Amino acid sequence: MERKEIVVVGGGPAGLCAALQAARMGAQVTLLEGDDRLGGQLVKQTHMFFGSQKQHAGTRGVDISTMLVKELEQMPNVEIRTNAMVLGRYEDGALTVDDNDQFKVIYPKKAVFATGASEKMLMFANNDMPGVYGAGAVQTLMNVYGVKPADRVLMVGAGNIGLIVSYQLMQAGVQVAAILDAGPRIGGYLVHAAKIRRAGVPILTRHSIKEAVGTDRVTGAVIVQLDEKWQAIPGTEQTIACDAICLAVGLSPFADLFWQAGCDMKFIPELGGHVPARGQDMQTSVEGIYVAGDVGGIEEASSAMVEGYLAGLNAASALGYGGETVQTQRTELETQLNDLRSGPVGEKIRAGLAKLYAE
Amino acid sequence: MSNHEYDNTIICRCEDISRAELHKWIDQGLTTVDELKRLTRATMGPCQGRTCRQLILQEIASRTGVPISEAKIPTYRQPLRGITLGAIADMKLDEEGKPHEE
Repeated sequence: MERKEIVVVGGGPAGLCAALQAARMGAQVTLLEGDDRLGGQLVKQTHMFFGSQKQHAGTRGVDISTMLVKELEQMPNVEIRTNAMVLGRYEDGALTVDDNDQFKVIYPKKAVFATGASEKMLMFANNDMPGVYGAGAVQTLMNVYGVKPADRVLMVGAGNIGLIVSYQLMQAGVQVAAILDAGPRIGGYLVHAAKIRRAGVPILTRHSIKEAVGTDRVTGAVIVQLDEKWQAIPGTEQTIACDAICLAVGLSPFADLFWQAGCDMKFIPELGGHVPARGQDMQTSVEGIYVAGDVGGIEEASSAMVEGYLAGLNAASALGYGGETVQTQRTELETQLNDLRSGPVGEKIRAGLAKLYAE
Repeated sequence: MSNHEYDNTIICRCEDISRAELHKWIDQGLTTVDELKRLTRATMGPCQGRTCRQLILQEIASRTGVPISEAKIPTYRQPLRGITLGAIADMKLDEEGKPHEE
């Protein structure tokens, strides 16, 4: 059994920044990552980020990850463990960990859970056939391992992930047959959509997939038009030839540890599902447990990073670290978050957060 | 999607549970994920429900008319991922049988 000061669970953008901030303030930080490398989804992001300079706009996601990891690795008060998957959180505050096949018990004084999200699945006939991928898997194959996932892909979902992965597939020499979206308009940024449309790929709104076609692997897909009530319109079916179907239909917060810890949870569709209730300081209803990133509400990596800094700052400050500049830094981070969430792009997240903070 | 077109569609891939099978039990009054899980093993495979839990909640909601926001959420038990009994058995314990402090 080990006793630690601050334990950060999850080495994606939010967790990296939480660890970094707490460590910069002088706290002893242990960062636990279930995968064999840090960076989370950042390592798959070969495109340059938007936002402002403070969140590294203009830098590729993968390079942001490298930068953050490099700083962490140089800090003597940071302990990084990869292949260390947190398995559970218990009543007495213990975290159990599968640490490189060894079973460990860790008691943190403060914990930041930055566990991210998992991809949503869609129901359609033959959705268990080989060739049906989540967008995350396609990005991992292509951008992390350099493997071409298919020759001709049907993308389901025209949010930012669907659009960006489509564009990356095209860059990798993969044909994109079409992009579908069940909604009445394209969910992602128009700048991404425009690049794809210019290349001649159709983006079909109010369309969904009905069936994967094939015997032992995908050879096509039946798509169908939807009415205003999201119901399939009979007779509008058409078959599209493709050897992969890529699903980019949203993410669900991976909030298991918060449930186990007994945190108050709220179901907020705008944030992706059930998320832990929290204060502005990112602390949940259970003292000493903080939340940061997608697990607290599905958003962009840039806001996940700022939330991470904020959670790390408040966890370290609760242990007496940081001195007089804490309040200034806190206000600065809160302002950054508000800026990221301003304008029409942040409408959904603002609505979700309003529900989260409402009593 | 209340038609039979999707009866054979697999909702829980790990345990191979079809939509028709879930509907059969939902219609008999098992309207929570926990009940369906105990009866069919849905959500109990390697992914621990990460893929299918939302789909099951949707099926319950559409079949019973009770929205997901009011659904009873299943218990998220430890461990979140499989671990070998050997790894647990190898854990160092102190005289009181508690995890040895390092």
